[in-house]
Amino acid sequence: MPETTFLDSNELLINMGPQHPATHGVLRVKLKLDGEKVVGSECIIGYLHRGVEKIAENRTYAQFAPYVDRTDYVAAVTNGMGYCEAVEKLLGVELPPRAQYTRMILAELQRIASHLLWLGTHALDLGAMTPVFYTFREREEILKIFENYCGARLTTHAFRIGGLQYDLYDGFEKDARKFCDYFLPKIDEYEELLTTNRIWMDRTKGVGVLSKEDAIALGTTGPVLRGSGVNWDVRKAQPYEAYDKVDFEVPTGQQGDTYDRYVVRIQEMRQSVRIVRQSVERLGPGPIMGKVGKVIKPPVAEVYHSIEAPKGELGYFVVSDGTTNPYRVRVRPPSFVNLQAFDLMVRGHLIADVVAIIGTIDIVLGEVDR
Amino acid sequence: MTDEPKVPPEGSGAPGKPADQAEGGPSKPAAPMPTEPAATETPAKPGAPGQGAEGPGKPAPVAPPAAVAAGPPKAAAPPSKPAAPAKPAPPAPKPVVKPEPWSSPLVDELRKRFPGAVGDALMFRSQPSIVVAKEALIAIGEFLKSEAGGAYTFLTDETAVDYPKRAQRFEVIYQLYSFKLNHRLRLKVLLGEGESVPSVAGVWPTANWLEREVFDMFGVQYEGHPDLRRILLPEEWVGHPLRKDYDILKQDDAWVEANLHIKSGQ
Repeated sequence: MPETTFLDSNELLINMGPQHPATHGVLRVKLKLDGEKVVGSECIIGYLHRGVEKIAENRTYAQFAPYVDRTDYVAAVTNGMGYCEAVEKLLGVELPPRAQYTRMILAELQRIASHLLWLGTHALDLGAMTPVFYTFREREEILKIFENYCGARLTTHAFRIGGLQYDLYDGFEKDARKFCDYFLPKIDEYEELLTTNRIWMDRTKGVGVLSKEDAIALGTTGPVLRGSGVNWDVRKAQPYEAYDKVDFEVPTGQQGDTYDRYVVRIQEMRQSVRIVRQSVERLGPGPIMGKVGKVIKPPVAEVYHSIEAPKGELGYFVVSDGTTNPYRVRVRPPSFVNLQAFDLMVRGHLIADVVAIIGTIDIVLGEVDR
Repeated sequence: MTDEPKVPPEGSGAPGKPADQAEGGPSKPAAPMPTEPAATETPAKPGAPGQGAEGPGKPAPVAPPAAVAAGPPKAAAPPSKPAAPAKPAPPAPKPVVKPEPWSSPLVDELRKRFPGAVGDALMFRSQPSIVVAKEALIAIGEFLKSEAGGAYTFLTDETAVDYPKRAQRFEVIYQLYSFKLNHRLRLKVLLGEGESVPSVAGVWPTANWLEREVFDMFGVQYEGHPDLRRILLPEEWVGHPLRKDYDILKQDDAWVEANLHIKSGQ
């Protein structure tokens, strides 16, 4: 037998994206294939780079706040929360409880909305068409609450440095409670569609395995880290707002595969509902702004503050030179850092699994590229 | 907005001690407050530890070094009770809020193990940062990553800040995290123009892309990096946009014209 025949495939280099529906934006992936097997990959990013960090240096602290909504544009509320908290930490401002709980409610609703978007598109990528219709239906309810609260659905700019600009509208508590009651059974419905679905399990179990050690070494956070079995959540480890006062659990996986990350996110939605419910109970009357001057002029110093965004640890490193403009704002994007694990996760898998692995990291290119 | 005017002791007229905004805004937003003269530059270098510039009663906003808990420490603010809306008569001089020297067993240990390689150790809002020499960066990183050094196994972020007026214009910043101690630690390496810093990608693999981004945005050169290429900008781009001398409207006009076939986009 000859060593090779014409049927043997040599390594083939193919290009996926940036215009590809399964890359969730403008991610371009170069794949090196041996037959259908991926032997190497390289992510090419930057197609959506807008220089957000440079813009920050040319705006005042308050002016820059709307820009952060445009980084992870499917989770604008948590972006704004991270930035506002970072500046508040720099200033040393403490928020009144009403503002804290309002922020937590909106941030947890945003986490649910982000996970719903992820779940629908991830399932769609893998050929399960049904969930996307349901998840968008539920997401719509959350966006309606956002719209009623601040007038915007996506790029909300919901918070201000020092608290909130708007107090809650009449009936917000009722809407939030109603959503929780409505939404919990829906999670069961998604699980019915997917969790024990044979095709779903075949497509996700054992795909894109990331070990605990690799997950830590590569700096992954959020559901990617927790899916690999590391019980770590910024909300628990270094609580901000009033997360230390509410009761919730941090779901983790064991195998670190796509299926585990799916389960982690599904469970996180349940926990978010718990947090929303408790926070609504504790929403007392009171002021919604801490003591912040009209002109925000922090001391000459620098702080790093991070929150648990839907995608992972979202950090802001803010350097002040004592003027009204930040000297430097660094956004530590969870998507960017998590995406670095893609190469390790994809090696040895089939080309059909590439979309599963891109989906399971849950990237938003606006945040990867900034 | 509502409780704006009940900030009693702010008094932006305090001579020499303008109390930069630690809490409570100035009642008169129009008057820009004079900046405190000693703190115009260099947040990293507060001078000698016992500098006398601190106001009466040690600035409370800075938590004691031992406290690792997150969350902004209590501000030394007047109670938020709606005190009588009388005009703030005696403008009490406020302590200047700024980073304080940080002393801890870890810093002593580092100074002992790496003599001469550990510079200022500062604490602000219970966030410690240590300046280290670039020659010892890898060794210090390995030590901090080990169990003995606190198991800082997680590199959260790496970035840089450009201070063009300083002799060493770049501060390369490493945000470390220890799962064991639940503690964050910030390392800083000072770097002059044209100098290179050793890559820590061998210690914390996550530094790979982060260093590529710093290289892309600041032009900081890394020694021993596995794959030092631009990551966000096109590979042929000329210039490093996050440097302070790169204007916000500036572009690589030649690249834009050659690749997009338009005159500069602005």
